[in-house]
Amino acid sequence: MSVLTRVRGSLVWPMLWKEFIQMRRDRLTLGMMIFIPAIQLMLFGFAIRTEVRNLPTVVVDEANTQQSRALAQRLFNTGNLKLAGTAPDRAAATFAIERGSARAALLIPPAFTADLKRQRTATAQLLIDAADPMASSAAISSAVIASQIGSDAGASRLAVRPLDVRVRPLYNPALRSPIYIVPGIIGILLTLTMQMITSMAIVRERERGTLEQLVVTPIPRIGLMLGKVVPFAIVGYVQMSVVLLLGHFVFDVPLRGSLALLYGVTSFFIIASLGLGLFVSTLVRTQVQAMQMSFFFIMPTILLSGFMFPRDAMPEFAKWLGAAFPITYYLEVVRGILLKGVGLAAIWPEVLILAAFAVALISLSAVRFHKSVE
Amino acid sequence: MTENAVETRGLRKVFGPIVALEGLDLSIARGEVFGLLGPNGSGKTTTIRILTGLMAPTAGIATVVGYDVATQAELLRRRIGYMSQKYGLYDDLTVRENVTFYAGLYGLTNPERKERVRAQLAAFQLDARARQLAGTLSGGWKQRLALACATTHRPDMIFLDEPTAGVDPVSRRLFWERIYSLSDSGTTILVTTHYMDEAERCERLAFLSRGHLIALGTPADITARFGTKSVEDVFIKLQEQDEPEAA
Repeated sequence: MSVLTRVRGSLVWPMLWKEFIQMRRDRLTLGMMIFIPAIQLMLFGFAIRTEVRNLPTVVVDEANTQQSRALAQRLFNTGNLKLAGTAPDRAAATFAIERGSARAALLIPPAFTADLKRQRTATAQLLIDAADPMASSAAISSAVIASQIGSDAGASRLAVRPLDVRVRPLYNPALRSPIYIVPGIIGILLTLTMQMITSMAIVRERERGTLEQLVVTPIPRIGLMLGKVVPFAIVGYVQMSVVLLLGHFVFDVPLRGSLALLYGVTSFFIIASLGLGLFVSTLVRTQVQAMQMSFFFIMPTILLSGFMFPRDAMPEFAKWLGAAFPITYYLEVVRGILLKGVGLAAIWPEVLILAAFAVALISLSAVRFHKSVE
Repeated sequence: MTENAVETRGLRKVFGPIVALEGLDLSIARGEVFGLLGPNGSGKTTTIRILTGLMAPTAGIATVVGYDVATQAELLRRRIGYMSQKYGLYDDLTVRENVTFYAGLYGLTNPERKERVRAQLAAFQLDARARQLAGTLSGGWKQRLALACATTHRPDMIFLDEPTAGVDPVSRRLFWERIYSLSDSGTTILVTTHYMDEAERCERLAFLSRGHLIALGTPADITARFGTKSVEDVFIKLQEQDEPEAA
């Protein structure tokens, strides 16, 4: 029996060999495997910025004193706002916002310095074009910071501070998007490769009649399945390594935790995603259907997993839906390990859920796959 | 090992309420070129799937090249070859890669594999095209390559599913020459077809109709029994008999 087992195992090698030759020759697949990660990385890494910097701002400084100029300088020092020019009065500033040449306007009334000197609350106004909520919240936060610093200076002569709240951003102190996005790309990429490309590769065998041929060879079903999925798991690990390297050296994404742990836990996610890919392959007849069906699964993973939009902000129902995808837990794990440098102690619940997904999806799909080839 | 390459007794297969195969008794001698005929839905495909160990029979027993199809399917599949109408070739692999791949799947390892692949390419005159992608071959060459892939491991028996559909007459003749030479060297051939010129090249024929074996014998026997001029006429006659009953 051991001879038979050894022989069975050796039959997987020709499958792997063949699969890599095909991958090399199939321009579409090769393109998807190489260009999609590159484009995603560039797109999400360079183009998409969820943080807002350099919002053009006009200043109407009617006080025009050292203190008023200091206030404006404090605002611009936050980096969220940028001086776009000065305006003589409120009407001119409003017009600049309406026209779109400025997104915010700082109005400092003539009484500003006098109020400060008399130890009264000095008021200044920041007008913000809040049509874009992301941009306006950035402007608001600069205003808060600037006024806090200003108050500190003013209050230093008092014995007690009325209220002092300090925010200290952890893990990503510069609040840069790539640090949050790049680890997520690994998850999206693996989903794409494992689900879409794998299911298409399996369905292609069915379309061309080679699956029919394979099942009458001595290769056991499990070997056939492994031969189809293992090459893509290897490709997934390569893609992940490329994103990690580029992310680290191009976008300064930190690699704080254990890479061994990351690669290990990734195997659960890969197995779960391969399970979904296999599952898709059993539902469809053609490669085009496989691609469409995969998109059906992939869209919600991008939207609901927390890849781009924070899950905390989602309505309850969307949160539940997101919880049904393995990637949601995987993103927690990747960000946890890479950005926070945490170990298994902090992420074991997610790891456990991923392992459960892996076991459930792969066994369910393997059974379906076996039936589909009979 | 039994004398015959195929031996079935009371083979029966049901899918839910549908009886696909009913009490099939079949003996095929070693080295015989045997044709399995019948219209679609007659039980041809079911028979092939049972004989290649892909599907267990509901009742009855079948041995193929000495192995029980129900309990020794994996061992059985190492000793048989299969060539389908679609050829089962990888268009994006070269001729040599296709042969090497299937040789590997049948458990051949180097250096034996290299030697067998070389011998097959020579025997099928595929040498000159060894580095060509299979997808760029014409129908006749594809068919030749498919047979090469199915026989690299020197199977005891080959299953051919409508092997010469859509192939030019010259390639068809060459193909059958190879089949006869394999048969001469002791390889059993089972051909399923509803092409009559293929059927008439077989040594013996079995007609299946709605799961039943309704005629068995040499092409001459069968035409004589049904009082028709050719096997094609028998086929048409049987199908006409079938249709009023089925309606």
